[in-house]
Amino acid sequence: MALLNEKTMHQVKDMLKGLKDQVKLVVFTQEIECLTCKENRRLLEEIASLSDRVSVEVFDFVSDKDKAEHYNVDKIPAIVVEGAKDYGIRFYGIPGGYEFTSLIHAIQMVSSGESGLSPETKEQLKTLHYPVHIQVFVTLTCPYCPGAVQMAHKMAIESDLIRTDMVEASGFPHLVNKYRVFAVPKIVINETIEFEWALPESKFLEYIMQANGEVK
Amino acid sequence: MEFILPEKVEKVPVEDKKLYDFIIIGAGPAGMTAAVYAARKKLDILVISKDVGGQPLLTSGIENYMGYQYVTGPELMRKFEEQVKQFPVALLIDEKASNLTTDDKGFIVSTTTDKKFKSRSVIIASGKRPRPLNVPGEKELVGRGVSYCATCDAPLFGEMDVAVIGGGNSALTAVIDLLKYAGRIYLIEVMPTLTADLTLIERAKKSDKVEFYPGHLVKEIRGTDRVENIVISSKDGGEDKTLSVSGVLVEIGLIPNSEFAKGLVKLNHLQEIAVDCECKTSVEGIFAAGDVTNVPEKQIIVAAGEGAKAALSTYNYLLQKKNEGIS
Repeated sequence: MALLNEKTMHQVKDMLKGLKDQVKLVVFTQEIECLTCKENRRLLEEIASLSDRVSVEVFDFVSDKDKAEHYNVDKIPAIVVEGAKDYGIRFYGIPGGYEFTSLIHAIQMVSSGESGLSPETKEQLKTLHYPVHIQVFVTLTCPYCPGAVQMAHKMAIESDLIRTDMVEASGFPHLVNKYRVFAVPKIVINETIEFEWALPESKFLEYIMQANGEVK
Repeated sequence: MEFILPEKVEKVPVEDKKLYDFIIIGAGPAGMTAAVYAARKKLDILVISKDVGGQPLLTSGIENYMGYQYVTGPELMRKFEEQVKQFPVALLIDEKASNLTTDDKGFIVSTTTDKKFKSRSVIIASGKRPRPLNVPGEKELVGRGVSYCATCDAPLFGEMDVAVIGGGNSALTAVIDLLKYAGRIYLIEVMPTLTADLTLIERAKKSDKVEFYPGHLVKEIRGTDRVENIVISSKDGGEDKTLSVSGVLVEIGLIPNSEFAKGLVKLNHLQEIAVDCECKTSVEGIFAAGDVTNVPEKQIIVAAGEGAKAALSTYNYLLQKKNEGIS
């Protein structure tokens, strides 16, 4: 049985109609010891079947170690959403529930290469000097989480120095413990800056610039 | 597993130079119902809201919205959204109203990002937000184990002992959500009896994970960089009790989002907007509906009904003004 119901398939098809550049969904999976890897891969294959501009490439996390290193993927299940270039957008854990919107949003955005950020934000992001890594911890039942995930995606589209991960909290308890995630969305930037809740563009940018300034 | 997508929007541009017939502040059950009623009257309206769905987005199960034997809050709100988006309604989402003032043509609604919109009339349907406990340690430990969104954060408390504070439907729903994840669950309620629906209480009582503390209040939440324990005391006296918990989920009711209208419309002692049976506030041209008002019983079905009434009252008001030749 398909994971997506007929209505959702129809919606996805409609949303992917106007894609510009080809989008490649690079999936890292593993046959054993990964409860959601199979489902994650199936989800992406179903999405790809709904648009001729979306393709799926599957790698094994263990045997394709070089590919995992190339994409900077350090845990599974993982998805890299790649457009004309790798914009640094990753999903760790199956993007179901409310995060399904973030996945479709990411596909649309990497295909267009357009972030939709304000001219002021774009200008500020040009002044970044150091790599910025944004991790957004979510649960799939959190209606406020996609706001934070999608804001991080926009920032990554706009700057080659930014990469961003959606991390589905319940699938990675060691990270929940490490970053003390007790409320979502929780955003961790470069291991130094942490905040909760989805913030507006200007405030999110402020934290990115602050993280960049703290790099020695 | 569900895969949720927003309804397709035929975007109606949001125009800051325009004088709208009315602006609806909030897109929960009251705001969205008002929008549908207004759209059917072909009125030119703008909806300003921080989200689409409001409080029901955080409600896991609804068994008392007529027409549905069981529906989740987000699912019901998607149905509402679908219905609103059938009509050409301008929606400004991810924005919060920060101020409401009058001018010679009607009203000006300002938002937190300094945008300003004008209209002949306004419907306030901005709902409520979680009420804090106001005990020592709470503020410092928000996001460190203190949570006001059980639906969002319940999966983070896997195998951990947690306390749920409150005895109403939201608290009992939080307990039921947590049964899948948490270790021990302590339910602490200040009243001697729980006020939640019996069906929810029965479901929670079926689990031996849940320990009930009616007639107890929380005195303090303790922890250095995360919640470690809470101190509770019985209202009948006796010694304080310390419970080791990693999470405190606060579900003790809500406070109205009425600050932006304070000083303009009359509020009651709970800071709710006072309305009459036609949803009129103390200011001519400003109407209000749903949980932000003093209308008793904060229920989705009541809010939706009030939203319909507010839109029709606003329509009559605009018609009357037009007939008077003022607008």
